[in-house]
Amino acid sequence: MATMTMAKALNAALADAMLDDERVLVFGEDVGQLGGVFRITDGLQARFGDKRCFDTPLAEAGIVGFAVGLAMSGLRPVVEMQFDAFAYPAFEQIASHVAKLRNRTRGALSVPMVIRVPYAGGIGGVEHHCDSSEAYYAHTPGLKVVTPATVDDAYSLLREAIDDPDPVVFMEPKKLYFAGAETALPTRTEPFGRAVVRRAGRDATLVAYGPAVPVALEAAEAARDEGWDLEVVDVRTIVPFDDATIAASVRRTGRCVVVQEAQGFAGVGAEIAARVQERCFHALHAPVLRVSGLDIPYPAPMLEHTHLPSVDRVLDAVARLQWDDQPDRRWLTEGSAA
Amino acid sequence: MTTTPQAARRASPRKRRPATPAAPDPAAGLLPETTPVRLLDPDGTLLPARADYPEPPVEALREMYRRMVVGRRFDAQATALTKQGRLAVYPSSRGQEACQIGGVLALRDDDWVFPTYRESMALTARGIDPVEVLTLLRGDWHCGYDPAQRRTAPQCTPLATQCVHAAGLAYGESYQGRDTVALVYIGDGATSEGDFHEGVNFAAVFKAPVVYFVQNNRYAISVPLSRQTAAPSLAYKGVGYGVPSEQVDGNDPVAVLAVLTRAVAHARAGKGPFLVEAHTYRMEPHTNADDATRYRDTDEVEAWRDRDPLARLETYLRGRGVLDDAAVAEIAEQAETYAADLRERMNTQPTVDPLSLFDHVYAEPTTQLVEQREQVRAELAAAAEEDA
Ligand SMILES: Cc1ncc(C[n+]2csc(CCOP(=O)(O)OP(=O)(O)O)c2C)c(N)n1
Ligand SMILES: [Mg+2]
Repeated sequence: MATMTMAKALNAALADAMLDDERVLVFGEDVGQLGGVFRITDGLQARFGDKRCFDTPLAEAGIVGFAVGLAMSGLRPVVEMQFDAFAYPAFEQIASHVAKLRNRTRGALSVPMVIRVPYAGGIGGVEHHCDSSEAYYAHTPGLKVVTPATVDDAYSLLREAIDDPDPVVFMEPKKLYFAGAETALPTRTEPFGRAVVRRAGRDATLVAYGPAVPVALEAAEAARDEGWDLEVVDVRTIVPFDDATIAASVRRTGRCVVVQEAQGFAGVGAEIAARVQERCFHALHAPVLRVSGLDIPYPAPMLEHTHLPSVDRVLDAVARLQWDDQPDRRWLTEGSAA
Repeated sequence: MTTTPQAARRASPRKRRPATPAAPDPAAGLLPETTPVRLLDPDGTLLPARADYPEPPVEALREMYRRMVVGRRFDAQATALTKQGRLAVYPSSRGQEACQIGGVLALRDDDWVFPTYRESMALTARGIDPVEVLTLLRGDWHCGYDPAQRRTAPQCTPLATQCVHAAGLAYGESYQGRDTVALVYIGDGATSEGDFHEGVNFAAVFKAPVVYFVQNNRYAISVPLSRQTAAPSLAYKGVGYGVPSEQVDGNDPVAVLAVLTRAVAHARAGKGPFLVEAHTYRMEPHTNADDATRYRDTDEVEAWRDRDPLARLETYLRGRGVLDDAAVAEIAEQAETYAADLRERMNTQPTVDPLSLFDHVYAEPTTQLVEQREQVRAELAAAAEEDA
């Protein structure tokens, strides 16, 4: 066991994958000599040569489209989008080709690849560097969408993503890059499609993913002082989604708050809340609540703390879970004619 | 003897600075010819031979003629099938036969083609079953042939996106030691898309063996070429990427095949991509659903009718003595048989299986897809029971 950051674990996963499978090529903007702006590809070019890890022209659609062709020729591309919002130029390639080629050709052609996206905020980044773009990808059938919240998961999920027969959008929470944890690589955690209970509790379930997981865990810790014993479930893989683990948890606790960093409207948290409600209605003592970012463009650094779901906001939501079996008065009046 | 200053100057003229040797033009060899390469006059007579674009072997030209005749018949049949409601839509390539067939003939069977929706004729000329080609337009699935086996990407509708795929595929092939060439068909309008730029640029930077073959048929649906570019011609876009290019008379089958043959050889030799622009014209509307009279007049269309690529090649081959009435009749007969077979096979309603919708979304269906599949299965079973 040694302490390691998520950034280093991701770097180790790339290196180990390149070692195990010579079809794996890593490319993108500044990933070669520089090792990526977050240093996730640090040392890969020196170790594996500039044919296995290389810089491309500065063009995101080009990077992903090039990966499509490479995958068609039998290689395993792992591409880096430099930041969340800079992946948007690639969206047509992702939505129209990466996600659909297997389906369009009835399985004759598949393009397994990993599109790594450093995402979300909490790092004081200026505009266009902090978007939570997971819903765009999760809404696109044919893509798998994965986001680690722990160092072990960062390594294991990335290895699995590279081996996966389907294209994977691998969303890396930037604010967790340099947080360290005890780990012994190479480690393998639960496979794709499995959510994990990070903290067991009896009173309510907090469902979170990626950058929201540490917030949920912290909130659960703080909730002890208020007398609530909260369970925290880490979604890990948004697609494929683990209904079973989450529903089982909510049926046990009878209450649920979904926590996500992204803006809330039409987001992944909305999907999770709907699925929980569909499956657990009779076990629920209160409506499923969501705590998310505000429905605004990602704010400037000095204002981001107002936007980001905080421990307090999570606790406020927990407090609204009808502990005395009284409905929140706001639900009784909201939308009714004055 | 005394000399005046003027005389002295006259006697020993001022030394001129040695001229700096002109730096070699880095764009030399990248620019296309100023007018489209032409080897055959519109009336079918051969122009003076050119060393840089040798005339293709006459057997190849005869085969080109055959495939053009069959291709045009296929195209007419597909248009007819659309009128009968058998196809949802059909974008005809009538008038562009020299390009459609030339692109296929310039390649080896193990080379890759990246076609658009316009290339149904080219794909049948590649030997793909026409029913499989028309699957997309009939609407029973998105792609009816096996792209990996046919070395032919699915027909691409999101404009220009295939330009980057070809760069990646061709680079991947050469990375793995194979000498595969990829040929991209693309329209004039689509060259305005970012992915055209990114594709050609990636191919150039990675020296990927790709031939970008622009069929400039002068319109993108209704929008004329003048709205796409201020470049002298689309082939001139190559120089900006360091990619050699050529423009060719796209209704001259001999020149099209000659230019593409050279472009493919360039790519296969490891010299990187090549850009070819063929000047041509689509004789039909954009698709059967389009009304071309709203944006071009009949005089223009009639002028292009006189430059028909098929008549041009036929006249030439007859003159060469390699095509006679009997051969023409025999090829026409082949085309009729091909069309009749297609007609008959397209007259049966294809069977589609709603449950197959879930098969190839992922390598393995997710739990949610398994549930939805079960729901649809139950719906179908209930409907069948009601019918019974
Ligand atoms: C990205 C994108 N935008 C718009 C369209 C709709 N569209 C289909 S064909 C076409 C015109 C394309 O013209 P051109 O590239 O010249 O090819 P042609 O149809 O003439 O062969 C348009 C606008 C599309 N398919 N993809
Ligand atoms: Mg056009």
